[in-house]
Amino acid sequence: MVTEKDVQHIAGLADVGIDDKELGTFTHQFNAILEYFDILDRVEGNGQATRDLYNILREDEIEPSLPQEDVLRNAPAQEDGFIKAPRVM
Amino acid sequence: MADAEDQVIVGLEVHCQLDTKSKLFCGCSTDYRSDGPNTHVCPICLGLPGAMPSLNKRAIEYAMKVAKALNCEVLNESEFSRKNYFYPDLDKAYQITQYDKPLAEGGYLEIESDEGGERKIRLTRIHVEEDPGRLVHMGNVERGKYSLVDYNRAGIPLIEIVSEPDMRSPREARKFLNKLRATLEYLSVFDSEKEGSLRVDANISIKGHERVEVKNITSYKGVEKALLFEVTRQKNLIRRGQRIERETRHYLEARGVTQSARSKEQEHDYRYFPEPDLRPLRVRSWLDGIVLPELPDARRERFMAEYGCSLNHARTLTGELKLANFFEKVVASDKPGLSPLASTWIADTLIGELNYRDMSLDNVDPAAITGLVLLLKAGTITDKSGVEVLRVILDQLLKGEMAETPDAIVKRLNLAKTAGDTGAITAAIEEAINENPKALEDYRAGKGGALNFLVGQVMKKTRGKADPAELNRMLAEALKKRGA
Amino acid sequence: MADEISFSPDDKYNAFLATCKRAPHGNGKLAGVAVAVKDNITTKGIETTCASKILKGYVPPYDAHVIGLLKAEGAAVVGKTNMDEFGMGTTTENSAFGPTLNPCDTRRVPGGSSGGSAAAVAAGMVRMALGSDTGGSIRCPASFCGIVGLKPSYGRVSRYGLIAYSNSLEQIGPLGKTVTDVSALMGVIAGHDRHDSTSLDKPYNHTPNADIKGLKIGIPQEYFGKGVDPNVADVVKKGIGRLEELGATTVPCSIPSMEYALAAYYVTCTCEASSNLARFDGVRYGPAPDTKKSWHDAYQEVRSAAFGTEVRRRIMLGTFALSSGYYGKYYAKAQVARENIKADFNRIFADVDVIAGPTMPTIAFRLKEKSDPLSMYLADILTVPANLAGIPAISVPCGKSEGMPVGLQIMGRMFEDERVVDVAYAYEQAVN
Repeated sequence: MVTEKDVQHIAGLADVGIDDKELGTFTHQFNAILEYFDILDRVEGNGQATRDLYNILREDEIEPSLPQEDVLRNAPAQEDGFIKAPRVM
Repeated sequence: MADAEDQVIVGLEVHCQLDTKSKLFCGCSTDYRSDGPNTHVCPICLGLPGAMPSLNKRAIEYAMKVAKALNCEVLNESEFSRKNYFYPDLDKAYQITQYDKPLAEGGYLEIESDEGGERKIRLTRIHVEEDPGRLVHMGNVERGKYSLVDYNRAGIPLIEIVSEPDMRSPREARKFLNKLRATLEYLSVFDSEKEGSLRVDANISIKGHERVEVKNITSYKGVEKALLFEVTRQKNLIRRGQRIERETRHYLEARGVTQSARSKEQEHDYRYFPEPDLRPLRVRSWLDGIVLPELPDARRERFMAEYGCSLNHARTLTGELKLANFFEKVVASDKPGLSPLASTWIADTLIGELNYRDMSLDNVDPAAITGLVLLLKAGTITDKSGVEVLRVILDQLLKGEMAETPDAIVKRLNLAKTAGDTGAITAAIEEAINENPKALEDYRAGKGGALNFLVGQVMKKTRGKADPAELNRMLAEALKKRGA
Repeated sequence: MADEISFSPDDKYNAFLATCKRAPHGNGKLAGVAVAVKDNITTKGIETTCASKILKGYVPPYDAHVIGLLKAEGAAVVGKTNMDEFGMGTTTENSAFGPTLNPCDTRRVPGGSSGGSAAAVAAGMVRMALGSDTGGSIRCPASFCGIVGLKPSYGRVSRYGLIAYSNSLEQIGPLGKTVTDVSALMGVIAGHDRHDSTSLDKPYNHTPNADIKGLKIGIPQEYFGKGVDPNVADVVKKGIGRLEELGATTVPCSIPSMEYALAAYYVTCTCEASSNLARFDGVRYGPAPDTKKSWHDAYQEVRSAAFGTEVRRRIMLGTFALSSGYYGKYYAKAQVARENIKADFNRIFADVDVIAGPTMPTIAFRLKEKSDPLSMYLADILTVPANLAGIPAISVPCGKSEGMPVGLQIMGRMFEDERVVDVAYAYEQAVN
């Protein structure tokens, strides 16, 4: 059973921001879906994923980087070649 | 060793950039330091939608070398995981790192303990991960703050080496770090001179109290300083009967203090899961093919055996790859003849003079030191003149000039010992005695300090060129003549 | 020198998000063939949005590997097709730019999430299209629109440049009106790519062969049981009957792990998606965050405004399932379930050559018919097993129910894409 508080916490972790109207709906839906997921409790087995590929590596070789204007073109805000981002301090 | 009541306990997490040509998951060059922001990025390290990582083989080979050199156990199977968190320097909003299946576990590094002697610092694990980008903080409170991001550093390969809490002082932590740096440099996988190539998080506690994590230490000296600050802070709290909070603190290098990180930053839930775009590694068998070079401990032993260095000199000289190589170049032409003087002059004098000038050894030509040592060995100049020659050379280099040879300096400054020129010394002795009748009196009265005083006076007059043993003999004779 | 084709379709089904009025093409196996590309496949110089507001205006500086292959064989990339936002849906209604309509009946959905690609092919606007299939996203719209769609074996087609929704499940694959076209497009896009560490050196050089005499087909009871529309089941059974007439034999079988396949699928894809979609914060591309705010607040603002409801729902579900204390209960268990599903398939494939059943349990839904998320998820039950196991699966039209197309799904052994193509081809040749 997840509560509205749990859903709010998860929304915070995921940085998706939900409003009060959505909170109840999401909580209700999550409980239905998570209840459905509970069927996984019945899964038996030891769980190691079988992987047929190992050691997929490339040689240490330099390839061209993007031109700076291509890097910045899609960034909504820039300054002196840097990409502008929200404050962290 | 039983820990004292207020024993300091330190464990380190050291992040080192591996010196590969290209980044960990893409072909962008790692040689970004002299270029503008966001010029060494591609869809992969910029985290553009749809781009996928491909793992650099050399980064794994380098990490394996480190694992072997540090006596770690390489796991049969290791894999990469995603560490999920939001931060503007993290292009994908997750860092590709290793979590429950690191490359290697266990191992140890030996350091000189505070009690003297060697002590094993156990290692927990070694794993490989990518560096995030770099943030510059801009703006101010009035006009609003913001960040600027440069992703050139994003994707540079790192190894994280995690130690057990086996260090017992900030000094031991510094020694661990220096030894680790030397080892990585001997392995040719790391360049300590690149800015920001090493970063340390430290866990520090006083026995019986909560542990504090200090993040953001970016220099070798910083580790000792940050930890000394923490020891004082924590001991003061305990003395005042206050509780030590279990928390994360940031080291502010400029102010030399640690500061509590805000509580929100401490609520982490990284939601690790295996990186689905990469395949696991099974590389343990590579260990057999790795031939390790001579490492610091072995070289130290060899320096003692082959060159007759003292333990302390050998430790200093082999503590840095460049210094060890330098020493061997200096003495190459005559190992038994030059080593005793060269080890002292390099380990003690040269390092001191370089540090005083904040200079790098790179500037110094080993041949100059060989020349200097030869002059000293032949008795052409006194130790005092030797220091003067060295200072002249370093000062010339510091000014960006071509340094003169030691021979030329000795000639130009007329520093050759006044051996044979007893007349000048005799004159200086006579002058010194005549000018200091009180010293003569004291000497007659049996005050030992008087002789040393007079020796100093004569040295000054001869500008250090007089051979000290010769001078002592002549001075004693002169005093005798005066009935002393 | 490259030629051009002009492309100005009357897009009355809202199949396209972007079109290239004059599309260049070269020479090769697909010289001058108009190919539509799902909008989660990165195209250099052409806006690529995943049908999300968060990528509105994003023009990639690079091509997905498959786009390079298409161009190298002379194809003309004529447009980017509508889809459920980031591939999250079964109807193409979850597009930030309006739903695509089903050309067979515009009151119905085309299926999803590659609905735009399927509609563009079904309406004859293009001969072939690329889609992506995470849990049925190629086969479902192929089935609903009455065309052919192949989900290749995991690893046969490079995912480099496919905007990831669920990395361990999805593949890019071809859609077309005929098996021959689908096979031809598969031949161009398959093969190893050093930029995709999960891709394999298994090129596809195959001409469909209709001879299926002696073929053994497994018929899993779960594909005809509860939840499957009896009319759809009947149509598919008749289709399988045709295969028997062509010389194949059928063997009943069972996939017990099917009972938790859907849960394993949704846990896996939401977990991976929660991580994949975290990068959309507006800093490097997308809508600008308020840089004066602290980063969490600024990101929340951008992401709540620019992600649709279903996307945010899945991100949160995945975030929850990976959060501290739940990894073992959900993600780890889902991976065990996948192993069990693979084991079930291996056991069955020791006995039979292919497995056949309906692609979807129903015909195309009416628009807005599926409003509850869980009931929408349940519609994927017959397609997700192939993604969980990584095996190839194709949907080929096999008749109609209530006047709407029904798809026959053929699943094959790992890397036997050629065989499922042959079986679909045999069926197609027999009925046409």
